Amino acid sequence: MRLTDNDFQLFGLPEQQAQVRADIDARWKSLQAEVHPNRFSAEGASAQRVAMQWAMRVNEAHQRLRDPLKRAAYLCELRGAPVQAENNTQMPTAFLMQQMEWREALDDADGEAALTTLDDDAARAETTVLDTVQRLLDEANDAPAAASQVRALMFIQRFRADIDQRLAALDA
Amino acid sequence: MALLQISEPGASPDPHQRRIAVGIDLGTTHSLVAAVRHGVAECLPDEQGRVILPSAVRYLPEGRRQIGADAIAAQAEDPENTIVSVKRFMGRSLADVANREQLPYRFEDRPGMLAIATRDGVKSPVEVSAEILATLRFRAEDSFVDDLFGAVITVPAYFDDAQRQATKDAAELAGLKVLRLINEPTAAAIAYGLDNASEGLYAVYDLGGGTFDISLPRLTRGVFEVVATGGDAALGGDDFDRALADLALAGRAVESAHDKRAVLVAARAAKEALSDADSTELVDALDSGELRVTVTRQQFEALAQPLLAKTLSAVKRVLRDAKVKPADVAGAVMVGGSTRMPIVRRAVGELFGREVLTNLNPDEVVALGAAIQANQLAGNAADGEILLLDVIPLSLGLETMGGLTERVIERNSTIPVAKAQDFTTFKDGQTALAIHVVQGERELVSECRSLARFELRGIPPMVAGAARIRVSFQVDADGLLNVSAEELTSGVQTAITVKPSYGLGDDEIANMLKDGFNSAEGDMAARKLREAKVEAERMVLATRSALAADGDLLPATEREALEARLVLLAAMDGDADAIDDAVKALAEATEGFAAERMNRSIARALTGRNVSAL
Repeated sequence: MRLTDNDFQLFGLPEQQAQVRADIDARWKSLQAEVHPNRFSAEGASAQRVAMQWAMRVNEAHQRLRDPLKRAAYLCELRGAPVQAENNTQMPTAFLMQQMEWREALDDADGEAALTTLDDDAARAETTVLDTVQRLLDEANDAPAAASQVRALMFIQRFRADIDQRLAALDA
Repeated sequence: MALLQISEPGASPDPHQRRIAVGIDLGTTHSLVAAVRHGVAECLPDEQGRVILPSAVRYLPEGRRQIGADAIAAQAEDPENTIVSVKRFMGRSLADVANREQLPYRFEDRPGMLAIATRDGVKSPVEVSAEILATLRFRAEDSFVDDLFGAVITVPAYFDDAQRQATKDAAELAGLKVLRLINEPTAAAIAYGLDNASEGLYAVYDLGGGTFDISLPRLTRGVFEVVATGGDAALGGDDFDRALADLALAGRAVESAHDKRAVLVAARAAKEALSDADSTELVDALDSGELRVTVTRQQFEALAQPLLAKTLSAVKRVLRDAKVKPADVAGAVMVGGSTRMPIVRRAVGELFGREVLTNLNPDEVVALGAAIQANQLAGNAADGEILLLDVIPLSLGLETMGGLTERVIERNSTIPVAKAQDFTTFKDGQTALAIHVVQGERELVSECRSLARFELRGIPPMVAGAARIRVSFQVDADGLLNVSAEELTSGVQTAITVKPSYGLGDDEIANMLKDGFNSAEGDMAARKLREAKVEAERMVLATRSALAADGDLLPATEREALEARLVLLAAMDGDADAIDDAVKALAEATEGFAAERMNRSIARALTGRNVSAL
């Protein structure tokens, strides 16, 4: 076990998109139980430093593995098809229409009910795209196609964050 | 790692090795110190049997001070020299303090953190807090008739980096070794969870004298995982007092320092009375004439409503962050004196659709949880380990072009956490880069808290956009941030590390130490030697137990060399600097060994086998 192992190796999980969240969390906790700096507080500074490095590495891997989108992006990168969201905007074509409809709907949405409906709609779309990504990565082994779907997922996530901000503004 | 030792219940394996570690709740209104004794966490009383120390410091003539109840008793007579609720000023500049003109202090604006002029000179909030912490330290040392090994200090979960750093500085100034800063609601969850053998997702609603936290910890077999946290670092009982005082004054002007303080004291008494009574009389003899107003609970609750609404919207925000509904929460635990107000309990109960949990002392629970964690960090806990996985409350980021915030670490990330982001130059031939570190959720830098500014210089001249500057953020297990930057291309590496500027510099702390608690030079030297020896002993013990457990990882010659070093270090005495150097050398010599042991631990965790099976 090395700090340079990839996230899946570190967590002892198969290198694939399909994962059980509870397993990921359980691995995370058992790893932290071993490496957390609190376990080494009665020891010297060197043990503390190494423990902190490891705890940070374990948290980083957990953050990526537990989030299906980040996990998919990471797998695409491991398989040589990095998502590169900053300079590659290629997305599935049907999705572009959907984007515009949603944006308009968000502009028109007033009140909690309308926003919640819209969020439910986006959440369903997110699930569908995630299923596609999983099939592309785990069955078709088509990382470039998966990367394109991941970019669509990133849009959905930003869109849902915007809805969330509007909901938060209602609470304030 | 040493093998677990099992001893008689309540007894430590070796009384000589038992380390005295305490938990301290440094509150806005009250502070407490607690420790695990005979296997049970308990708050330590003062000579009069009181566990609560009011967080008040009065500066008297000739450098004398009154701390706690005596200071509180004098607060209205000597308001300018009696500092209460100093926690609200920690890591804050003057502009950050709301209603400051209604407070009786002589504030001084200083870069980074405000200060208060007293008859004993100008005091930083860090110094005032250190007086409170030192009082609790002496109380603990008297209780155990021994030096303290260290302390866990609690801070509001929503404290930002500047406020945390200020708290740590105060503890150092008070001569405490800080084992860890932990979040108040997390400490409460430890005490509550262990007490009730609770499992599942809980909400800790912690409304204190000056701060509000809402935290969602998930409890599973000794693991306390905070899923999300939120709050308001400037909202607490003091604000309810203020609202009530304003109602009573009904526009009447308050001029003198005495009146400014007295009306708040009277308002607080009335607020507390209204927790049981339907109406009460707010009475006070002000310089400007007697104040006598009848207030009903209904009136008070109308005043409290907007403050309460602020806390409830923070609760909803945290539930959304955690992606859970109120019904997913197994129970809402009430912490902090302000949760005694019936209106608070009712509103939180309604939001979660169940009765809130009040079966613990809201004043003591934070200190008790901190004591349990301190006991474990000192290596005393024989009865199973607890694991705290806490989060940062606010996102950390950098200023980019146009005054916009680029988030580097998102709020609710589990600590410790590290993340790096690459940036590039804007102009051809640019050789320096200004880096501005901010904390907060807003898009505009001007609406976030500025934590630190520094410049990376010596970038080799290149065309715009060719340089690659990697800025690394590191948040340690105390929730404290460190930032470094380096240029990666063309082999030239310039690195700089900064600590956020709100903390005091090491020199400043050293100076305050000299003026303050350890004035006599002989004391300083003796203390330094004692500390060096304690640290040496700690290292020797730790290394011996590490060798006993995992010595097989080292070649025989290395192991012998290490053991020889240990014998030498254990025998050293008299020269603190020489001992410090030897400790440092030992730490360096064992770095590789520590890494190997960590790798073995990880392998063990992954395979699920225990020590005997390896």
